[in-house]
Amino acid sequence: MFSLIERWGKHAALEVQEYVRLTGAAFRGVFTRPIYRHDIIEQFDLIGAGSLTVVLLAGLFTGAALASQSGLTLDQFGARPVVGRLVSASMIKELGPVLTALMLTGRIGSGIAAELGSMVVTDQVSALRALGTDPVRKLVVPRVLAGIFMAPVLTVISDFIGILGGWVIARYQLQVNSGLYWSSITKGLYMQDVWMGLSKPFVFGFLIVTIACHVGLRTSGGTAGVGKATTISVVAGSVAVIAADFFVTQIMIALLY
Amino acid sequence: MATQTTPQTARQILSEAGAPVVMFDHVRLAFDEKVVLKDVSFTLIKGHTKIILGASGSGKSTALKIIVGLLKADAGVVWVNGQRVDQLSEREMMPVRADLGMIFQEGALFDSLTVRENVGYKLYEETDMPLAEIDKRVEEVLGFIGLAEHIDKMPSELSGGQRRRVAIARAISFRPSIMLYDEATTGLDPITATTVDEEMIKLRDLENVSSLIVTHQLRDAFFVAEHMARRDPSGKVEIVPATPQKERQAEFIMLRDGLIIFEGDADSLRASADPYIKDFLS
Repeated sequence: MFSLIERWGKHAALEVQEYVRLTGAAFRGVFTRPIYRHDIIEQFDLIGAGSLTVVLLAGLFTGAALASQSGLTLDQFGARPVVGRLVSASMIKELGPVLTALMLTGRIGSGIAAELGSMVVTDQVSALRALGTDPVRKLVVPRVLAGIFMAPVLTVISDFIGILGGWVIARYQLQVNSGLYWSSITKGLYMQDVWMGLSKPFVFGFLIVTIACHVGLRTSGGTAGVGKATTISVVAGSVAVIAADFFVTQIMIALLY
Repeated sequence: MATQTTPQTARQILSEAGAPVVMFDHVRLAFDEKVVLKDVSFTLIKGHTKIILGASGSGKSTALKIIVGLLKADAGVVWVNGQRVDQLSEREMMPVRADLGMIFQEGALFDSLTVRENVGYKLYEETDMPLAEIDKRVEEVLGFIGLAEHIDKMPSELSGGQRRRVAIARAISFRPSIMLYDEATTGLDPITATTVDEEMIKLRDLENVSSLIVTHQLRDAFFVAEHMARRDPSGKVEIVPATPQKERQAEFIMLRDGLIIFEGDADSLRASADPYIKDFLS
């Protein structure tokens, strides 16, 4: 039993060490040459534009469901007109960043782990190294940059679409006046909320992509290993997003409120 | 009276015929409890061929990966082109790799890139060579291996043999002086494998490339060792049986359980009385 725990502990420590080493190498790769600009642009397109549909749909339906649910609760206090305030606060501070990040974990995290994992098991990563290319600079840095900078953009879009979805429900189901809905949003929105909502996706984007790259580049065991890496990437990425959400929220509350 | 000699630099030594381009000196490597290479020493001479034979898991591919720096030896010394490489960092290995071309099992082509982009990868991505020159070099190399008409295809559209030959084209596009072949013909039918063997022979004899070949395909190993390439008066390349002198430039190494159990030419290998070797060759 003790040896089992010891083995698990060593394995976990090794994974953390390799993850930290990879993120360190990626950080150095951002600021030193060579920089593969073409790959960076390609990843911004794949991660940003490529994820737009799924983020739009997730945001729209979340905002709509949130308005619908909030309407029921607010009715008990006769506060149906402030539904916009509730929807916007929830979307901007919490649901927008977290749901967008979870969508990205499913779409981007799995894709990166599968792609890099396949490259590892077919020796393409070794071939890159043999041809004089550092795989971290070529494969990891462009994805990390795209993840860090596109996650906030997608989150803002998701927030807006979510609030729009909430408006559709508020206007046509809850019969709340449109002017009242939008004014309750602007009145109830504080800069602290915006900062909190904007800071989270930077952290989430970084975590999703670095975890996926780490898991992908450590793939072994052929095609079965690629499947396993994909699953681990999504599970670890989702848990990391939810855990990081808690910690970032605590830090931002301590700093801003 | 003491004579004064001019110290030869590594570059001068390497420019001479018979210079050692790769040296393994008592190399050892283990993965956890499993010892892959116990104590391996050999030398590859400039322009010569070294063929490493052995059963699966005997450490053949590991030796190649140590040379190119994909793996680090636990002990021993490795020299490539006069430079000690066993302690170099990944960054320091990059200039060493500029003179090493490696063919991986299954080719390891980049499946999202076309044949043109694969072959010219290093030149497009890692050099400042003008695009027109790179394109010219890519076409020249693909012409050399007889795949010029496939230049705009994706790797998935090629046959197994064509993929291996494109991998060879990718490795020679930047004119390395040492080629490392890791099971380049495994899984190919005999006719296709022969076309790959002929590319190895042409590179060795026409481009003076030193070759380290890892395989367990005996037919291909002996074919490469016992044939040579030459140009006829019209400039056409032909593959003919090797002269005795040329045959001696191809040496075999047999690995077993991480140790070298045989080193010598094709005739000595065939004449070996070692039961394991006899069994391996039968």
